[in-house]
Amino acid sequence: MSDTVLSIRELSVEIPTHTGIVKPVDGVSYDICAGEILGIVGESGAGKSMAGNAVIGLLSPPAHIAAGEIWLNGSRIDALEGEDMRRLRGKQIGMVFQDPLTSLNPLLSIGDQLTETMLTHLDISRGEADRRAIAALEEVGIPGAAERIDSYPHEFSGGMRQRVVIALALCAEPSLIIADEPTTALDVSVQAQIIALLKRLCRDRGTAVMLITHDMGVIAEAADRVGVMYAGRLVELGAVRDVLTAPQHPYTHGLMASTPLASQGKARLHQIEGAMPRLNKVPEGCPFHPRCAYARDKCRVAPGPKIADGRTACWFPLVAEKAS
Amino acid sequence: MTDMPLKPAQQSRLRIFLDSDIFYMFKKSPVAILSTIVVAILVLSAVFAPLIAPTNPFDPASLNLMNGFTGPMTPNAFTGDSFLLGTDDQGRDVFSTILYGMRVSLFVGVAAVLFAMVLGITLGLISGYVGGWTETIIMRTADVQLTFPSILVAMLIFGVAKGFTPVEYRDQMAIWVLILAIGLSDWVQFARVVRGATLVEKRKEYVEAARLIGRTPFAIMLRHILPNVLSPVLVIATISLALAIIAEATLSFLGVGAPATQPSLGTLIRIGQGFLFSGEWWILLFPAVTLLVLALSVNLLGDWLRDALNPRLR
Amino acid sequence: MALISVKALTRVFDASKPWLNRVIERRGKSFLTAVSDVDFEVAERSTYALVGESGSGKSTIGRMLVGLLTPTSGTVEINGVNLATETDARKIDVIRSDIQMIFQDPFASLNPRWRVGDIIVEPVVARGGDASGLAEKLLEQVGLSALDAGKFPHEFSGGQRQRICIARALSSEPKLIVCDEPTSALDVSVQAQVLNLMSDLKDNYGLTYVLISHDLTVVQHMADRIGVLYLGRLVEEASPEDLFARTKHPYTKMLLEAAPRMDGFGREAELPEGEIPDPINPPTGCAFHPRCPISTDICRTERPPMRSLNKTRVACHLAEE
Repeated sequence: MSDTVLSIRELSVEIPTHTGIVKPVDGVSYDICAGEILGIVGESGAGKSMAGNAVIGLLSPPAHIAAGEIWLNGSRIDALEGEDMRRLRGKQIGMVFQDPLTSLNPLLSIGDQLTETMLTHLDISRGEADRRAIAALEEVGIPGAAERIDSYPHEFSGGMRQRVVIALALCAEPSLIIADEPTTALDVSVQAQIIALLKRLCRDRGTAVMLITHDMGVIAEAADRVGVMYAGRLVELGAVRDVLTAPQHPYTHGLMASTPLASQGKARLHQIEGAMPRLNKVPEGCPFHPRCAYARDKCRVAPGPKIADGRTACWFPLVAEKAS
Repeated sequence: MTDMPLKPAQQSRLRIFLDSDIFYMFKKSPVAILSTIVVAILVLSAVFAPLIAPTNPFDPASLNLMNGFTGPMTPNAFTGDSFLLGTDDQGRDVFSTILYGMRVSLFVGVAAVLFAMVLGITLGLISGYVGGWTETIIMRTADVQLTFPSILVAMLIFGVAKGFTPVEYRDQMAIWVLILAIGLSDWVQFARVVRGATLVEKRKEYVEAARLIGRTPFAIMLRHILPNVLSPVLVIATISLALAIIAEATLSFLGVGAPATQPSLGTLIRIGQGFLFSGEWWILLFPAVTLLVLALSVNLLGDWLRDALNPRLR
Repeated sequence: MALISVKALTRVFDASKPWLNRVIERRGKSFLTAVSDVDFEVAERSTYALVGESGSGKSTIGRMLVGLLTPTSGTVEINGVNLATETDARKIDVIRSDIQMIFQDPFASLNPRWRVGDIIVEPVVARGGDASGLAEKLLEQVGLSALDAGKFPHEFSGGQRQRICIARALSSEPKLIVCDEPTSALDVSVQAQVLNLMSDLKDNYGLTYVLISHDLTVVQHMADRIGVLYLGRLVEEASPEDLFARTKHPYTKMLLEAAPRMDGFGREAELPEGEIPDPINPPTGCAFHPRCPISTDICRTERPPMRSLNKTRVACHLAEE
């Protein structure tokens, strides 16, 4: 597709430890188009945040990209270092993290943070930057933006802070936003507001969004497509309605079924036996096979098929009636 | 969230230690290994001084005044005896006095740190867990004490304690007074660190779980919180040991520490500096180098331990 | 008969700055009313859920139920005994061993220096009871291996640690377990395992649960009766069927609307107004009125009393059958 913003090809991240090399991300490929929200869902340790960090060059050593390519707007960025990466990060990629306090400088007023970011990355005057800062705060729904522009991060509530972070992420007009668990620290009522805000802004501006979360409900409401990760691999990728209503990978199916929402009215919740393997003990073949009710011999030896063409990295995708 | 395969039987503490990150980091650090070896050699030779030392320098019967001022590795002009590190004015073998002196230094250092540790941990735990006025009183006392240099505090305590000791017991008591003085000047940092760690631990849910079943505050402090605040204490204890050894040497050098009948490294240095300008350099130099090596290697060990136990530096 | 009876429960925290700051800034003391005038009863062998967002006081109530905090006013009676005022040490001891708690953070609720076996039997050993073989038995009850008793907590994953916490809670053979967000630190698939385990144990041991959670779906699945809290006040109490199908209080309606749905593809939820107010200066009258779409004058001035509408109890001036 011509309007592909981010393209990840066979990305692998490795961390050398004294007990051997672990691969928190293993051969993951996906694209995100302009104006699209791609949800990346998985349980802790599945590698979903690590892939996002690899894109923005925020892997903390000794973690490093071991293989694969990352393309942003037609240029390869996985080998960029230092100043180039920093420039790219501010200009073309915006970030929203779980804890808004870590993304805001507590010693600078929010207005200063916004104008500074814009002046660094956009060719505009100081006055223009001030004007745009107020407009940005109004756009993310901060009441009395003009008066609050000189306030400091600690003077805002958690939800308001996350709005400021979103304004900050969008002010340099990036083509990609990476939102890593943006609502996990927030209350339900505020979460709904923030998700709606993110959706509206990205649709209006045509920004591509990588929405990393563990919450299936958030994915269902916000994302256009969803990728499901398990033990460092992408096991299923497709339109959100298809993946959630008719999952083809047994893990996705189990994950969906084990949410209380899906089991309402039943005495017991559906249960996937066992737990995700530690990264240094990922089994041979398909990483999910020891927990999979449908596993056959092939699953024990051959890692699942590449997801590039199909929807799932499962040798024996579930068909609709089996999944119900 | 991951599953561990079941392991047969429980692991021994040794096995856990050998598999731990700490031991792994230790193996990777030449400084840590070297300083551990040096400390081990020094401590062992101090402990087994009576077995290692060629002479007992404090047994008048074994001394020969004719051997006085013998240079290192050179035979004495009168007796023909040769000494590894030479002798002092009274013919005592410097090597032997160093071994015995190190014994006193290490004993005072270790005992003082243990005393400071017990006092500091107790007061720190209580002020952290109980809070309120108890905490205010303990920690303000600590703050006030911190404003004085610890060597001054030690000298003050030493002077006061000496005043209360009958003259005939003064030499015997000197070592214990020294331990008391150095220990009392050093408890503050233990108390501060333990209080800080206790404040963190007491909010954790395992402490609430223990309160819930009706455990007494004493049992909670001792059995639950104490084991979890000990790792920073270990670091401070190691670094304090180096400082306590130096503090003891300083006091002894100033003449208010170990008596001449039980000389520590500091006393030896004080005695030795009298001969420096008359050419008998070895009487000063060797005890001083020993003190330096001892304090430095203990300190390096403490520094490494602090880095190894600090999760933020990993 | 009700196992727990809570009457006019109120807890106020002193949220003042240190006195020196107060003198310099010329401010008086400030107080935070975390729980305000809450009444409810929990039937034996049932699951009562308390739901609310941050600042709703749900954890504070939980801590008062088990005796970790004392009420500022009002009473908590468990089996007719009020832990805060009871003087008979023997009675207190009996009630104490009837109550246990499971905490939210499985990484902080186990002492990292203790072996799992010692952790599990502590409630028994602390009372001088005989605990031989008990840890092993309980570990198998919660789906772990008897061999795990000799290990340390860091060797276990979050879900397994929560199982260990459950085993510890069971060791003194309690009647009541207060579960404070027992699964909110866990992944979805692990949450399902732990919730199923809790259901099984409830049936096997005849337990009563007070389940504290912010997650409506968990509460809907587990509870027999649900209390919804807002800013320290109980605003609605009903059975799950009534609460979700015949919602009475506007706050509950807002919560249900805002919660993400698995089938809400591209849903444009009706967005909640504003955010939770500062609990130090809560709104007058009904605490929810500034965010309430249907509020009237009376809501601004008068705190709504708890009323019974059919089988639902609701604190709203405007709620109707």
